[in-house]
Amino acid sequence: MTDKIDVQEIKLTSKDFKSDQDVRWCPGCGDYSILAQIQRTFPKLGIPREKFAWISGIGCSSRFPYYMDTYGFHTIHGRAPAIATGLKIAHPDLSVWVASGDGDMMSIGGNHFIHACRKNVDLKMLLFNNQIYGLTKGQYSPTSERGKITKSSPYGSIDYPFNPTSLALGANATFVARTLDRDPKHMQKMIEKAALHKGLAFLEIYQNCVIFNDGAFFSLSEKDSKPDNAIALEHGEPMIFGKEHDKGIILEGFEPKVVNLNGGKYSIDDLIVHDENDDSPVRAFILSHMTDHPDLPTPFGVFRQIRKQTYNEALVEQIDTVTEQKGKGDIDSLLFSGNTWEIK
Amino acid sequence: MEKENGKKIENLSDVTVMFAGDSGDGMQLTGTQFSNTTAFLGNDLNTLPDYPAEIRAPAGTIYGVSGFQLHFSSKDIHTPGDKPDVLVAMNPAALKKYVGSVKQRGSIIVNIDAFDKKNLQLANYESNPLEDDSLSGFHVYAVHITSMTVAALKDTGLKPKDVVRSKNFFALGIMYWMFNRDLEPTLKWIKEKFAKHPELIEGNTIALKSGYYYGETAEIFTARYNVEPANLPAGTYKSISGNEATAIGLVAASVLSDLQLYLGSYPITPASDILHFLSKYKNFGVKTFQAEDEIAGISSSIGAAFGGSLAVTTTSGPGLALKTEAAGLAVITELPIVIINVQRGGPSTGLPTKTEQADLMQAMYGRNGESPLVVLAASTPSNCFNMAIEACRIALKFMVPVILLTDGYIANGTEPWRIPHINELPKFENKFATDPDTFQPYNRNENLARPWAVPGTPGLEHRIGGLEKENISGNVSYDPDNHDLMCKLREEKVQKVADDIPELVVDGDDEGKLLIVGWGGTEGTITDAVIKAREDGLTVSRVHLNYINPFPKNLGDILFKFDNILVPEINSGQLSKILRSTFMVKTIQYNKVRGLPLKTFDIKNKIAEILGGSDD
Repeated sequence: MTDKIDVQEIKLTSKDFKSDQDVRWCPGCGDYSILAQIQRTFPKLGIPREKFAWISGIGCSSRFPYYMDTYGFHTIHGRAPAIATGLKIAHPDLSVWVASGDGDMMSIGGNHFIHACRKNVDLKMLLFNNQIYGLTKGQYSPTSERGKITKSSPYGSIDYPFNPTSLALGANATFVARTLDRDPKHMQKMIEKAALHKGLAFLEIYQNCVIFNDGAFFSLSEKDSKPDNAIALEHGEPMIFGKEHDKGIILEGFEPKVVNLNGGKYSIDDLIVHDENDDSPVRAFILSHMTDHPDLPTPFGVFRQIRKQTYNEALVEQIDTVTEQKGKGDIDSLLFSGNTWEIK
Repeated sequence: MEKENGKKIENLSDVTVMFAGDSGDGMQLTGTQFSNTTAFLGNDLNTLPDYPAEIRAPAGTIYGVSGFQLHFSSKDIHTPGDKPDVLVAMNPAALKKYVGSVKQRGSIIVNIDAFDKKNLQLANYESNPLEDDSLSGFHVYAVHITSMTVAALKDTGLKPKDVVRSKNFFALGIMYWMFNRDLEPTLKWIKEKFAKHPELIEGNTIALKSGYYYGETAEIFTARYNVEPANLPAGTYKSISGNEATAIGLVAASVLSDLQLYLGSYPITPASDILHFLSKYKNFGVKTFQAEDEIAGISSSIGAAFGGSLAVTTTSGPGLALKTEAAGLAVITELPIVIINVQRGGPSTGLPTKTEQADLMQAMYGRNGESPLVVLAASTPSNCFNMAIEACRIALKFMVPVILLTDGYIANGTEPWRIPHINELPKFENKFATDPDTFQPYNRNENLARPWAVPGTPGLEHRIGGLEKENISGNVSYDPDNHDLMCKLREEKVQKVADDIPELVVDGDDEGKLLIVGWGGTEGTITDAVIKAREDGLTVSRVHLNYINPFPKNLGDILFKFDNILVPEINSGQLSKILRSTFMVKTIQYNKVRGLPLKTFDIKNKIAEILGGSDD
């Protein structure tokens, strides 16, 4: 078994990925969009249906595998990255996907998340981030903003939130991107890029919870507010945003800053040109922190994508090297190795 | 009694020695060398390392003492011995820690060079025990081990630190002389071990020989001893620890099942050695994953089992507690994983380097909901090999998680093992589902096992998970009757394993006044106690359990034929409780939770007490 997924000419449609189960998310939930974009993108990847495996933990997001007609495993709270890691190591020719939420992956499963990133296990990890606990009916989550009033924080949450893209970059993930449930085209593009990445791909999806956190991302998704609050990261392109495409991002020391391109002081040449393949994670880290800044637009797109030997590649290489040096293991010689003696 | 060089040689059938010193004195190595040489000479033997949890506790203190007990014999033996005949104490702390366990009139060899004021203070001695009469009940040999090693190595050019470190070989040399052992196996080992450091080969070789010649020429030792080879069955042997036997057993199971072996594990004392051994066997295609925590260890194994590997996770008590939730996932998804728990003293961190049998209840019941799984227990170091294979065989055949309990004592203890050839072991009959026309995720075969459909198989795409599943179809189901049915099916499947395991054979009469029921690592001690009780004219029978859930089918019938049932355990009576609730029988408990193996002598006394001294 090689650490390679054979890409073939396969005729599949989005229907082939729909299971016979009724989808049971709340009407209007952002998860429907994610499911639809996955089912639209998967047929394009050239991977046979039986080679896909979806692993999830617990939460609304984690019902995802039931709705995909692939191999699927709805596991326990927070552990999906660890279970997916075991599956990928055991069976390297599978395309292994993790569906998780901000409670599942950022809280109870935080440890597994950072270590899967660190080890560069070849998993595609999707974080459905709605900044709230949905399935347990509305408590604040590790990505909820400070001061949030919920059932478990009636006087406002006093927690500082995680920024999942910063966390992934800090844990050395080799692919880090962000998209939004209400931008299907962009999401499809990000899913495809994540799928084609060799190594761990982390995709954060801002996803609206209609019941407990409705509108959390509307400033980033609605036509009139989006252009001034969101910025698209395009590889090799200067960072421009705004309704009139008249605003840009420059770097002053380590601080990103918004400048007006019509003011005469700054031109396009002064702006940050996004390089997603930069070996150093520093710039990507700075960009990811724009998310938390009230005066800066929130970036969408690929923050970072680099090629580094995956866990599986290294493991297979080591097994091959040791096997070459020692010869293929023979159980009888292992049994009879070491200091032995005969009794007649 | 013969004489050699003017010294008498006494034949003994059975000797227990204890090597003890500071953690940095190399006592585990010295003990292991003595064991290997002794095994090579054909004695039966059994060892018990006793080391502190601290890697290098402050030198000279009692809690920094590391000991290695070794029992060898010309007869078949089963324990590391209750009380040492000979204690080698490299410093006052080692003497203080173990002097109380030495046999009356036993021998104590001390390194007198270490008995200075500072070390005596560190060991809490108010006066020097070599100068007062506190050791008058023993034969004490005060030997200048350090200074004689320094003198012997003065021309080697070794650094003073390395010279002093060689003193354990000097002590070993004395013991080799005293017990008439061949130096050759250790000399060979030194050559291989220090192949890159010729100066250390020279130094350690000189130290070993100097110790041996010192025994021969010095006038202080009055006797030397000989222990004839034991009458063991013919075959090729090696000395094996429980952890190594477990690791090799798992590799053998992967060969017998024709499956890739996957180990997901997080380092924990005393189970880490299994991870260490398996990490070396890369050329067997073994995939070891050192996980970020205990939970990831088992979770990744569940993922690997879903992916069609022979999946194992290894741990010790606190780690098993952390794996609990995931073990339940393996129960409900009916995936074949093997969980190996090398039990240690608890609760909590407890006694990490000491042995105990107190995780039986945790293994049996330590999960939420009705969560039955198979529980096995290995009883001796070499038996770990067989039970590791059994755990894998049952997991794969019945699509069920299996917990294999070993313990710190059998995991680190060693005994001679007659090595089997792989073709003496039956192949497994596991197979994967491949037929889309008949496949249903929770359809069951005659063993109630569901099909194992591995991702990558065309047409068998399906979803499993921790939510209750509808029987046969495997769809999520909240139906009350279905849940009731699934709980019963999961339990019935585990109980069905009883049809597939050997029935118990009673050691002794099939009925009578007293039956001893043991499980796991106490088998050696109980066997010895029974032999000794019979020598005293007592009639006692014995069974030992390697299969706990389910029990062997004939256990109940056996229990009902005895007036008294004695259950010795290194816990507060966990098997006893299970026997009572399962069979409604009265049991007599014998429990000592000291972090150490039970003592033969104590169990023998308990037998005598129950039988009223003798029963003729």
